[in-house]
Amino acid sequence: MASSNDTFGSKRLVVGAHYGLRDWLSQRVTAALMTLYTLVLVVQLIAGPKLGYVRWAAIFSQQWMRFATFVVIVALAWHAWVGLRDIWMDYIKPVWLRLTLQVATIVWLVGCTGWAVQVLWRL
Amino acid sequence: MADDHKPRPVYTNIHVSQIVAYRLPPAGVVSILHRISGALMFLLLPLVVWLLDVSLTSEVSYERFSSAFVAGIGIVPAFLLKLVMLALIWAFLHHLIAGVRHLWMDATHSVSLQQGRISALITLGSSIALTVVLGAKLFGLY
Repeated sequence: MASSNDTFGSKRLVVGAHYGLRDWLSQRVTAALMTLYTLVLVVQLIAGPKLGYVRWAAIFSQQWMRFATFVVIVALAWHAWVGLRDIWMDYIKPVWLRLTLQVATIVWLVGCTGWAVQVLWRL
Repeated sequence: MADDHKPRPVYTNIHVSQIVAYRLPPAGVVSILHRISGALMFLLLPLVVWLLDVSLTSEVSYERFSSAFVAGIGIVPAFLLKLVMLALIWAFLHHLIAGVRHLWMDATHSVSLQQGRISALITLGSSIALTVVLGAKLFGLY
């Protein structure tokens, strides 16, 4: 018997969540990648002579380092998206406002990602 | 038969005004700071990309990057920029260490109250200690 408490079909609650393993796992995998990258960068920073422009730019102009940095930029955006979406889902109840903030989050992250990639590849 | 059931308890989110009355355990403090530090880094992301931009693009822009921490940049005095960087450094360290704590708990099922308490205190202590060390460098104390 259908009652007023049923939340399936046309009365399904729109919460924007997948309730699945995917976001949990992607947040942890991207976190592990960023942690690893941090260690790799720190090792390069502390090993070697005094840090100035030449050595700083040389670190990022290595092809493998560009590869790694690009992966981490994408990982960061993905990681931040999962985290920010969690925040909006926890605290923002009106669907129109939550959707607006989620769209703004994506715009913010995609814009910053594009800028960071541009910095990396024109080096 | 249904009348035998007690009314089911209802749990609601605490209201902002109730927060001060709650005594959070260390693990709770780490948890909310994990969220706050993440949100802070998200909001300051354009600043980080800008720093990457000016520090990497050319020697001339690198000079602008260095002088921002000495003479300020635009209407932002150097001291304020350093304070924001200090907040970013703490946010990064706390978020990183609290995240590693999560991975460690997931991997080893270290989820007893005692383990949670000790690892939370280690997280808070080590992130603040490292922030002090790097902050002293930022403000030119060594």
